[in-house]
Amino acid sequence: MAASPGNLDVQDLHLQGLTKRFGDFVAVDNLDLTIPAGSFFALLGASGCGKTTTLRMVAGLEDPTEGTISLGDADITKLRAFERPVNTVFQSYALFPHLDIFENVAFGLRRRGIKDVQKQVEDMLELVELSTMARRKPSQLSGGQQQRVAVARALINHPGVLLLDEPLGALDLKLRRQMQIELKRIQDEVGTTFVHVTHDQEEAMTMADTVAVMNAGRIEQMGHPADIYELPRTVFVANFLGQSNLIAGKRTGVSGDDVVVEARGLTFLVPSDRCSCTTEDMIVGVRPEKLTILDKADEGQVPEGHNRVPGRVTDVSYTGVSTQYLVDTPWGQELGVFEQNVVVGDRCDVGDEVVLHWAPAHTFGLDGSAGATAGSELED
Amino acid sequence: MHWLRKNLLGIIAILVLVYLFIPIAVIMVLSFNKPQGKFNLSWNQFSTDAWTNLCGVPGVCSSFVKSIEIGIIATLIATALGTMVAFALVRYRFKGRSTTNLLIFMPMATPEVVMGASLLALFLNLRFPLGEVTVLIAHIMFIISFVVVTVKARLQGMDPRIEEAARDLYADPRAVFRYVTFPLVLPGILGAALLGFSLSFDDFIISYFNAGTLVTFPIYIWGAAQRGIPVQVNALATIVFLVALSIVLIGQFVSYRRRKSLESVPIIDDEALTSVDALSRS
Amino acid sequence: MVAVVPTSAQASPAQVAQRSSKTGYALLAPGMLWLIVFFAVPFITLFLTSLQAPSPTQAGKYVPAFELANYGQALADYWPQFIRSFIYAGIATALALLIAYPLAYFIAFKAGRWRSLMLVLVVAPSFASFLLRTYAWKTILADESFITRTLNTLHLLPEGRILNTWIAVIAGLTYNFLPFMILPLYAALEKIDPRLVEAAGDLYASPTTAFRKVTWPLSLPGVVAGTLLTFIPAAGDYINAQLLGSTTNRMIGNAIQVNFIEFRDYPTASALSVMLMAVILIMVFTYIRRAGTEDLL
Repeated sequence: MAASPGNLDVQDLHLQGLTKRFGDFVAVDNLDLTIPAGSFFALLGASGCGKTTTLRMVAGLEDPTEGTISLGDADITKLRAFERPVNTVFQSYALFPHLDIFENVAFGLRRRGIKDVQKQVEDMLELVELSTMARRKPSQLSGGQQQRVAVARALINHPGVLLLDEPLGALDLKLRRQMQIELKRIQDEVGTTFVHVTHDQEEAMTMADTVAVMNAGRIEQMGHPADIYELPRTVFVANFLGQSNLIAGKRTGVSGDDVVVEARGLTFLVPSDRCSCTTEDMIVGVRPEKLTILDKADEGQVPEGHNRVPGRVTDVSYTGVSTQYLVDTPWGQELGVFEQNVVVGDRCDVGDEVVLHWAPAHTFGLDGSAGATAGSELED
Repeated sequence: MHWLRKNLLGIIAILVLVYLFIPIAVIMVLSFNKPQGKFNLSWNQFSTDAWTNLCGVPGVCSSFVKSIEIGIIATLIATALGTMVAFALVRYRFKGRSTTNLLIFMPMATPEVVMGASLLALFLNLRFPLGEVTVLIAHIMFIISFVVVTVKARLQGMDPRIEEAARDLYADPRAVFRYVTFPLVLPGILGAALLGFSLSFDDFIISYFNAGTLVTFPIYIWGAAQRGIPVQVNALATIVFLVALSIVLIGQFVSYRRRKSLESVPIIDDEALTSVDALSRS
Repeated sequence: MVAVVPTSAQASPAQVAQRSSKTGYALLAPGMLWLIVFFAVPFITLFLTSLQAPSPTQAGKYVPAFELANYGQALADYWPQFIRSFIYAGIATALALLIAYPLAYFIAFKAGRWRSLMLVLVVAPSFASFLLRTYAWKTILADESFITRTLNTLHLLPEGRILNTWIAVIAGLTYNFLPFMILPLYAALEKIDPRLVEAAGDLYASPTTAFRKVTWPLSLPGVVAGTLLTFIPAAGDYINAQLLGSTTNRMIGNAIQVNFIEFRDYPTASALSVMLMAVILIMVFTYIRRAGTEDLL
């Protein structure tokens, strides 16, 4: 056996120049990435963005066209799947249907020639709370239970990295929430690096401590979920991760710490350090929940220095926690507003003339050369 | 009237099933007959003579045993060869795939009389002596295709991720095959083998062309048909029928039990259907 | 930069699993060699045999030749058997379709939990010897049998009997190959989503129209497969004609068998086989092409 997975300390996973081409199609494009040891890392992207291919290359199920994969200092690029100290929780689990739960979990240990598996398997089943199911066949388990067997079957090998390929995709919403918490608990307990591939941005944000948003074979942005959400660096990220109001304009100058942007006859301030743009063409962005909606008559209440946009309400949806408005701007663009239902009383109605305003500190500036729609049509 | 309209389809379905079993009933009933004269064609008198003395007529049991022997040998060889071909078709890239598929499909679309005749033409031209060997060659030839189709369906129906999971869990290629692929394909192979055996056991036309002086059970029946089929043949056919039916029903029951926990009640899956389909060609 | 992956370019695990190596050929070789040597090559010998001429020196022996006239002679001698085979097989196939469709439809849509049992029952008769089952029809259709007497009372039998007439031969063929019709029909019907028929009903189709416009067209692949699987063996069969018919009901299979095994007239028997195979091949391929289905493969 080339690797001795049981004895590995948790180490950083490095991907360097990782590329995968299928014919002319570039699935993964020169990817450089370091996944810190012990982190819960999410690769987030729409289907076909290359995230699953990346995962399969790390698992050894796919050979990279170029680039290297290393765990700590050890280059594992050339190791075959069964020689790598990396284990996978497969999409729809891929449990062995002919083996019972115990044997499914013991599979990896047995293949590595470990004779006495009883204790380890029992401990593992304990961890995933399936001790009573040891002698059942996978088909006799519910989706959530199968999911936990898949996790146990991989984790028992103490992998250097645990890969999870859309692990919750087959579960219904409620169970998914439950498993999200469960998986986080397990990760806390074992401390293994988890690399989680998903197209569900909410799942990625809830579970991961680091999220990498992937698009067309590249990583668009990477960081703590809150950081990415609050300060998206590309139009794709702004649209794919949550929703954004994006207004295209031109940079006209600087005022103190802020960049001044003219758009549609309005002036917006964007803090320079929240501006990721190199050209004159710029996109001003703000998240819907950062907006405040005011009746046109109350325009005087807008605080000094806030960015503001006039408009007319075209749609109001009350969702309990919040109210969502669609507001038509004079130039025909619709902006979204989420308002927390903290005040009892009047809400705006369809047709009302309103003013939207927000603090410059919540504004972000994006490079406008690529247009403002990337990623919006891909949202799940 | 309303009741009839509502259940008309069900009634027709049951009548068709009954129709399928009429000859079976005749075979079974006549196995307890004491025929008047040579031909066991009409009911005369109840008797268990045939059942208590199964081998009482010369040639019946020896041909029966010969057919079982040929069935087992032909099935073993054809199942091995066919399974290998199925694996190659599903798991490997190679040139000439469409020709290969055609060669596998053709024996199933060729009338038996043509297959029997052409093989006989070959053996005659090669001056190869007819007998057990030529019958075995013929049986293996026509069983292979059915094995390939059955095992192939099973292999294609397998989630490739299951084998990937095994690779991921430290199984080298041999271990993947031994502990995952083979156990999962085995039911398909067994099904194919059962099918192959029943095809071989019941084959008359191809065997008759290539048997020379060899007498298999169907050849015995054919010969006896001219001068009267002994009652023992009916008894043996009844036994074969009941044994085969039990095997299939037990198989169904086992797969039903296995999937019982799942919502859906088991239906014969595609692969079982393929074999079932092929089985009826015997 | 491509934005969305075309699904075909995506790494499907099944394709990844396909390896190109000597192992593939090694696995393929024994089985395919067997089929080449004992299935494909015999066709060539069959064809060559069909062109052989009688040996000028030894009576009853044949020598390689290019005697195309064998075909003309065979056809002149046996054209009634040829035509009879295709007519009998055609009628039996049509009857089998008529009988099989309601049963297949019932199993696919109405049988519920009895489905697997009913499928087993469809196959079960095949477990009893083909020859004995055919022989049993001699009893069922005998002159003094219930069926024959009833039909005679109704004056429905032109020859006054069933056994040893074409009716018995066709009845036998229909019965023997019925499972080949039922199973492909079932397989095709089973794939139809019953909601499609409901949707047709919702869209103002009467049950008859719904069947004609939805169920029937969708079951066509099964009809094609079933008719082929019934017609081919029926056209080549000679057991039913031999056991249930008279000498005036002999089919092409009988002619091939008799010439090969009893008369030892190998060229004639081979020519008949080649012609039967050619007709069937032409039929199968035009039929499959016209029906646009390759489900058989």
